[in-house]
Order: sequence, then C-alpha cells, then structure tokens
Amino acid sequence: MTLLEVRDLHVFYGRIEAIKGVSFTLNEGEIVTLIGANGAGKTTTLRTISGVRTVAEGSIFFEGEDITKMAPHDRVKRGICQAPEGRGIFPGMTVRENLDMGTYVRGDKGPQKAKDLEHVMHLFPRLRERIGQMGGTLSGGEQQMLAIGRALMSKPRLLLLDEPSMGLAPMLIAQIFTIIKEINADGISVLLVEQNATQALKTAHRGYVLETGYVVKTGAGSDLLVDPAVRAAYLGG
Amino acid sequence: MPDWLIVRTFWDLTVTGLALGSIYALVALGYTLVYGVLRLINFAHSEIFMVGTFSALIASTQLLNIPMLEDGNYPYRTGGTLVLFLVFILFAAMFISGVGAVALERIAYRPLRGNGDAFGAIVLAFLTSFVIGLIFVNETKANLIIACVGTAPISYSYLRFFKKGKKAPRLAFLISAIGASTAIAEAVGIWGPNRREQYQTPRILEKKVLFNALGTDVRVDYVIVIVGALLMMTALTLFVNKTKLGRGVRAVAQDAETARILGVNVDLIIVVTFALGGVMAGGAAMLFTMVYDQSRFNIGFILGVKSFTAAVLGGIGNLKGALLGGFMLGLVENYGSALFGGQWKDVIAFVVLLVVLMVRPTGILGESLGRARV
Ligand SMILES: Nc1ncnc2c1ncn2[C@@H]1O[C@H](COP(=O)(O)OP(=O)(O)O)[C@@H](O)[C@H]1O
Ligand SMILES: [Mg+2]
Repeated sequence: MTLLEVRDLHVFYGRIEAIKGVSFTLNEGEIVTLIGANGAGKTTTLRTISGVRTVAEGSIFFEGEDITKMAPHDRVKRGICQAPEGRGIFPGMTVRENLDMGTYVRGDKGPQKAKDLEHVMHLFPRLRERIGQMGGTLSGGEQQMLAIGRALMSKPRLLLLDEPSMGLAPMLIAQIFTIIKEINADGISVLLVEQNATQALKTAHRGYVLETGYVVKTGAGSDLLVDPAVRAAYLGG
Repeated sequence: MPDWLIVRTFWDLTVTGLALGSIYALVALGYTLVYGVLRLINFAHSEIFMVGTFSALIASTQLLNIPMLEDGNYPYRTGGTLVLFLVFILFAAMFISGVGAVALERIAYRPLRGNGDAFGAIVLAFLTSFVIGLIFVNETKANLIIACVGTAPISYSYLRFFKKGKKAPRLAFLISAIGASTAIAEAVGIWGPNRREQYQTPRILEKKVLFNALGTDVRVDYVIVIVGALLMMTALTLFVNKTKLGRGVRAVAQDAETARILGVNVDLIIVVTFALGGVMAGGAAMLFTMVYDQSRFNIGFILGVKSFTAAVLGGIGNLKGALLGGFMLGLVENYGSALFGGQWKDVIAFVVLLVVLMVRPTGILGESLGRARV
C-alpha cells in the first residue's frame, strides 16, 4: 500500500525554484532514500512534507489523504515526524524535555509515554545516561540519537530522517544505520535523505536520485548501488 | 547628616526601589517573552500596561462602585472585603490587559507574518487610514468616515503585499509597533472622560506601616507589591516549565522551525505568549495603581522604556533576567536619585540602558540569545 505519494512538487524560495517537479512514492513498511549532491533539494523536499515550506504546485498524499495544505501539527498527528537536518536539538532543554517534545501533539501521559520512553532509551542507551543533561551540551552523535529518539516519541508511521550520518565518525555512522533498520523492522516506514549514498542505498529498499530540483533516476537500492552513472556521480567511481 | 539617617534612608530607598523594581520586572516579562518567541521588540507593550491601569480604575469605580472619597475620607476597606476587592481588581486588570495583548498581536503583527490573515489586514487598514485622517482633520466623525472609506483600498494592498507565506520586512514590524502604541495611547487621551488629564484611582487600601526592619518602616502596599510580583513570576515560571503550552513557548523560543516540525502550533504559541505578557502587565498595572493611586493616557511611555531597560539589563529573552533587571533598575534609580537629586531619576534609566547596550548587549544573564533558557 502506498503510504506517501509526492506528485509533481514545486517549491520556491522567493523567486528561486528549489524543487522543480519532484514525484515519488513510498510504500508502507519501506525504507526509501533520496540521494543527491549538496543543494539538490533533499532538505526542501523533507521540510515540505513536514509542512514548514509552502507548496507552489503539485500535491502530497499521505495514506490517500491530500495533505498538501495541512498545518504541520496535523501532519504530526497523522503520523509524520522528522529528525531534521542539523538535528534541531533544543539547547536549553534537558534530554528528557527534548524527548517530551516528541509527544507534544500526542499529549498522552502516564504508562504509554513511560513505555515509549523506555523503548527509545533501549534503542539509544547513551540517552539514558544523559537524561538530565542540557541538549546543547551533547556531542554530535548523541544529538543525532536524541533527534531520532524524539521523533520516535511521536509514534510516527513515517519517519523522515535528514542526513542522520552528517558529521559523525564511521563507527557511529554504522551504528545509526543499524538502528534505522531496527526501527523499520518495528513497522515504521522511513524516508531517508543522505549524502552518504553508499550506506543509504545499502540500507534502503528503493532510492531516488535528486539533481538540482529534479528526480533523475530511481530504482531498487541494490540496483542503484551498481548503476555506473550513480557510481560515477555519488559513490566515488 | 548623621550616620543613622543615611542608613535609614538607604533602607527606605531599598524598600521603595524593590517595590518599583517589581513593577518593572512584571512589565519586562512581556518584552522578554515576545522577544524570545518572535525576536520582536513589542513597543506597544507599554500601552498594554496603561490599559491595565485604566481597567483597574474602571473595575473599582464602575464595577465595584467605589467612590473617590466617602464623607471626606478615603474609601478604605478592611478584612475580607479588602482582599476580595483587591483580587477582583487584579483579575480585571489582568484579564483586560491579556485580551488587549492578544488583540494587539492579531491586529498589529499577525498580518505582517505572512499568514494571509484577512481579518487582521482589514483592521490594520482601518487603523492606518484612521491615523492618516487624524493628521489632517480634527473632527472625530470625519475621521471615522475617512477611516471607513480608506479601509477597502488599503486592506486590498495589504493583502497583496502580505500574501500567504510572505513575511514583511523587520522594519514593518517596528513601524506597526510604534503605530499601535501611539494609537492606543491617543485613543485613551482623546476619548477618555478626563482626556489628557491625570486620573485618580480610589484608595481602598490604607497604607499603614506593616512592620519595622533595620530602622525602616515598611508599608503594607510595598509588601503586597513585592510579594504579589514574586508570586506572579513564580506562577509564570511554573507555567512555562511544567505545562504543555509552556513547553511549546520554550521550544519556539529556542528553535521555531524544529518546534513546527514536531507539531507545535506556532501561531497558537504566539497568542499564548502575548496573553502571558499581557496578564503580567495587567498585574503590574493594578499593583502600580495601588501604590501610586493614579494613571494617565501616556503613563505607559516612561514606564515602558524603563521596563524594556530592565529586560535588556537582565538579558532579553530570559525570564530570570527580567526579574533581576527589574529589581536592579528599581534600586539603581532610587539610590541614584538620592545621590544626584530626584530630577535625574528618569535619566538614570536611560544611562543604564545605554551603558548596558555598549558594554554587554546580551545583558547580565543572556549568555547568548539563542541559548537563553526562557
Ligand atoms: N532558506 C533558503 N533560502 C533560499 N534558498 C534556499 C534556502 N534553503 C535552501 N535553498 C536553496 O534551495 C536549493 C535546495 O536546497 P536544499 O533543499 O537545502 O538542498 P539539499 O538538502 O539537497 O542540500 C539550494 O539551491 C539552496 O541554495
Ligand atoms: Mg540538506
């Protein structure tokens, strides 16, 4: 079943068109990756799906419902949550408070929230150790775990991840990708944006290649991984 | 001057300085909250305070029917009646100022934020043409007619200019803030029953000496102001730290875009922020009228500048900073006017503002604005 469908999306910054007719789909249970060079429009696409950029043309469907003009908080209620580029940790909130922000829309307290919190800290044991520490004092890797954990606290059906490996040491990158697979195995669909194309394509079921606002190629992750053009442009030969 | 007198004056000045500082602090909270969430100096906030003083006046004279004098004496109340009346007047001022602050946001700022907000644009257009009319004609009726005629074309251009997704330049917010501030003060100055004269507020609290400490007589009204302000600030801190909406306010202040991505309704949070600031200013206004028994259409201006100074002094965007800045400014002003003479009192606040802006623009507690814990 199609969970997310993006149809002929156009997005502008002022007069500059950053997304020039992007279309793709994501099926329930899939990990789909958008890869592409810096400035290709990956972040803009994710932010538009979250509803914090206005669509000039085209539409977005989630579970068959047109959400193109829906307010961001209603999208979170429907089950779309994001760990944004640069992690977006609230520096003046503790790890615990940052995680609580993930349940802002859900608002439920008590046993269910405690259970979800336990689940997130099981996935990221480092967060348990740092639970009372200010978000701004965490290391990059810890912040990334917190950003993903916070998004998970909203119990999403679709998790949007914007460059989760950015700025992390190779060890940590491997760990993050393993966890992404674990999250997916729990039944959460993932839309993964990456510049680290090799890892992303190995992890994802399918991929789309973005170039200056257009989708230029699509296919199974394993096929793109061996595609000569993709190898030349994004995988370093 | 004998030593004991200097010491005594010092403690006197400390008590009155803290009381005045409490009022600065409460008003400063409004500047700091709105700045934290919108990065906007809400210059019309001083008028929300002024409206609060008039709400306190109207609540006591019209709703509670308290006369200015009873058989030639002040209309003192005692015991339960006094407490009930004071609380009623306090809530009335808080309520009206809170509503006023929300209306201000809706009319003067929201249309500029590019929400394609038709209602706000129309009201703003009406006010614009009304103010333009004021410049040329001196007749209220004619002004209203001009305003109505001008509304349609101006709101059309506003809506075109501030269409959805397009945010007005920063300068537009500043102009709107100053315009709204002037409009509110002038409206009270033109249509208030005493117009531009001073208003007395009925004195229901007898300002007795409550106790004596360090050789200083401490009056009951000063104690109420200081304790009242501290209670209100505690309530605000609890709200901001413990409730869902409060967490939303902090999240938007720290990173608005991420807050939206996580499902925080930023427009609602902005309304809440203005309401909180308005309620604090209303409380400050009631406490102010209780101590000074007066108000005037332009009372907000100087008090607003001083409270803004307090906010900057403590570190704008920081709630504890507003408290600290308010108390410090109240004290510095009092000690300063004792040293240099009362006529320098207002100058001292401006000097403090200038020095802070030159030496430490982030204020005492504001390490860096982005990281300020609201
Ligand atoms: N806030 C912005 N204002 C103006 N242009 C922007 C802004 N953000 C991104 N862009 C432009 O939009 C295009 C796509 O950017 P982005 O979506 O961030 O790409 P990516 O995430 O793939 O690196 C780039 O050309 C970038 O310069
Ligand atoms: Mg990006």
